[in-house]
Amino acid sequence: MALAMVVFMSVPGAMAGEVEVLHWWTSGGEAKSVAVLKDLLEKEGHTWKDFAVAGGGGDTAMTVLRSRAVAGNPPTAAQVKGPQIQQWGDEGVLADLGRVARAEKWDDIIPGVVAQVMKYKGQYVAVPVNVHRINWMWVNPAVFKKAGATIPKTWAELEEAAKKIQAAGMVPIAFGGQDWQEATVFESIVIGLGGADFYRKALMKADPAALNSPTMVKAFERFKSLKQYTDKNAPGRDWNLATAMVIKGEAGMQFMGDWAKGEFTAAGKKPGVDYLALPMPDTDKYFLFNVDSFIFFKQRSVPAGQAAEAMARLILQPKFQEVFNINKGSIPVRLGMPKKNFDAPAQMSMDDFVATAASGGLVPSMAHEMAVYPEVRGAIFDVVTNFYNSDMSAADAAKRLASEVAAAK
Amino acid sequence: MSNEGRQTGRGFAGSLQRYLPGIVLSPTILAAVVFIYGFIMWTAWISLTESGLLPRYKLAGFLQYVKLFQNDRWWVASRNLAIFGTLFIFFCVVFGLILAILLDQRIRVEGALRTIYLYPMALSFIVTGTAWRWMLNPGLGLERLVREMGFTSFTFDWLVNSKMSIYTIVIAGVWQSTGFVMALFLAGLRGIDDSIIKAAQVDGASLPKVYWRIIIPSMRPVFFSAVIIMSHIAIKSFDLVMVLTRGGPGYSSDLPATFMYTFAFTRNRLAFGAASAIIMFMAVMSIIVPYLYSELRMKRNG
Repeated sequence: MALAMVVFMSVPGAMAGEVEVLHWWTSGGEAKSVAVLKDLLEKEGHTWKDFAVAGGGGDTAMTVLRSRAVAGNPPTAAQVKGPQIQQWGDEGVLADLGRVARAEKWDDIIPGVVAQVMKYKGQYVAVPVNVHRINWMWVNPAVFKKAGATIPKTWAELEEAAKKIQAAGMVPIAFGGQDWQEATVFESIVIGLGGADFYRKALMKADPAALNSPTMVKAFERFKSLKQYTDKNAPGRDWNLATAMVIKGEAGMQFMGDWAKGEFTAAGKKPGVDYLALPMPDTDKYFLFNVDSFIFFKQRSVPAGQAAEAMARLILQPKFQEVFNINKGSIPVRLGMPKKNFDAPAQMSMDDFVATAASGGLVPSMAHEMAVYPEVRGAIFDVVTNFYNSDMSAADAAKRLASEVAAAK
Repeated sequence: MSNEGRQTGRGFAGSLQRYLPGIVLSPTILAAVVFIYGFIMWTAWISLTESGLLPRYKLAGFLQYVKLFQNDRWWVASRNLAIFGTLFIFFCVVFGLILAILLDQRIRVEGALRTIYLYPMALSFIVTGTAWRWMLNPGLGLERLVREMGFTSFTFDWLVNSKMSIYTIVIAGVWQSTGFVMALFLAGLRGIDDSIIKAAQVDGASLPKVYWRIIIPSMRPVFFSAVIIMSHIAIKSFDLVMVLTRGGPGYSSDLPATFMYTFAFTRNRLAFGAASAIIMFMAVMSIIVPYLYSELRMKRNG
């Protein structure tokens, strides 16, 4: 009772409740980052019940979440992102976060493109946590120097450099042959080649005419042309093993999102000296983003609802944004954050995030579940990976892309 | 005891004795009805709807089946199952039988050998898959080993070759399950009446002839069991593929079980995944039902 009084008095006007949070941030740095949110919430008198489900980019967690939702007993919040937020909205189980959003002025501190993803029928139902940039190129400058190659900014330069590295007996491109990694590279090529408007039409709206267009055929050809610069052990390789090839100097470059930075940091490498982080050739004007977010379920009791609102509010507070994102290797989703505590690639990413948000080059990533429904994304994955690993022609691939996407919708 | 009870069974003790087996078994029967047959019915129902993220119970006809049969990846998975199933069962039975016959020669360290051959069965497919992924990886395993021995033009890259990847799953699967088939056959061989063999030998039949003409034909039921068990292992194969090739390169080594999981649980196409599960179920039934039928009829006749 005394404890409850203290808690009550320390946070005027709020009742203590419990939040149960489903997430899959279970690796070292991630778990530490989540603990920060837990501490902040407990300081306000609420309790945090961790519901961490390890494994596989959240597939397992989603299965668990689905069974809890079917049983009518969902957790308070769950790590769900992109268009899946809309699918959960369609099920009619999500809470309306409008009150927190208005009080905290979310519309002013989150870029509109991101806010759109978080809203269901114009109302906030999810809170964004961080931003990853997808179209990065990670370079080992020592390899380029040894091969006498220059670091590429355009596609033509990339091919030239790759040939030189190959001639010097090293692998030009460290590649991981898994469908999501192939799609990650492919979507960066699509935006580099076709621009943001074409990308939106093809990989966000899944417009059949754009999918089966000459630009798409060219994107497929360009994607396949990378294969000659990769080694033959690439199929099935995990992304971090590919990053390790760049770190060890066995390979010149890798195309991967900014989580690759964690591998360089863990290996004790310094940005700008041991490795360089640049936008993938032809994509410096674009920012393919991946935003992690939490959806909130409707709560039965008032204290539970207040605890949920407190959690939503705290996620976008500067303090959590900074600590979490430094640990995770991503950048804050909140605009106008001080940059000084972030490393050089993150600072560059933060600048580009703001700049592309203004110029229209900020677009959601298809490969990372931000742009289309999972069923459409799966259909694109199937065609891209089958094309890359077979003798299919680029024209056939574009045709099949349009038909399989139509069948999956 | 029980006879006595049944004869003099009056009152509570008697009826308890009569109904006890039913009472004891009823939870199991109930669980089986709900969790096996109930969920089969549920899956069949879901496959006829348009369920996506969560189940929806409004019927939509055979739409999902039509989509399934138009899906290229489904046909790749089905063809792979045909290749994998045939080769896996064939090689397991052949190698298992050969090993069993060799072990049946009353050799000295038979117990130890039997354990060694049977041991892979004790490993999970996850372990098998991981070990073979390393062995078959051209940059790590077999190919590199042989090249370092001096044969520099040696290539064995099935694992990363989309035309051959399904055969690497056959290799790992056969390695895993041959010992089990061997144990089945060995038990069958030991069950054969010695006097028949002795009679044949008295008649002057050579050992290979005795095996070929007498022993192997009389093991027909064992063959049946082995094939039935192997085919259901083949159809439900999931973990081996997930670990060994992840269905790749591309989706060239996908099997129906991995296909079903991918679509139902990672792509929010519950109804579509359910349709593929029902097709798999029918495939299993088409093997099991004739088998059970023939077995039961045989017993009635015998």
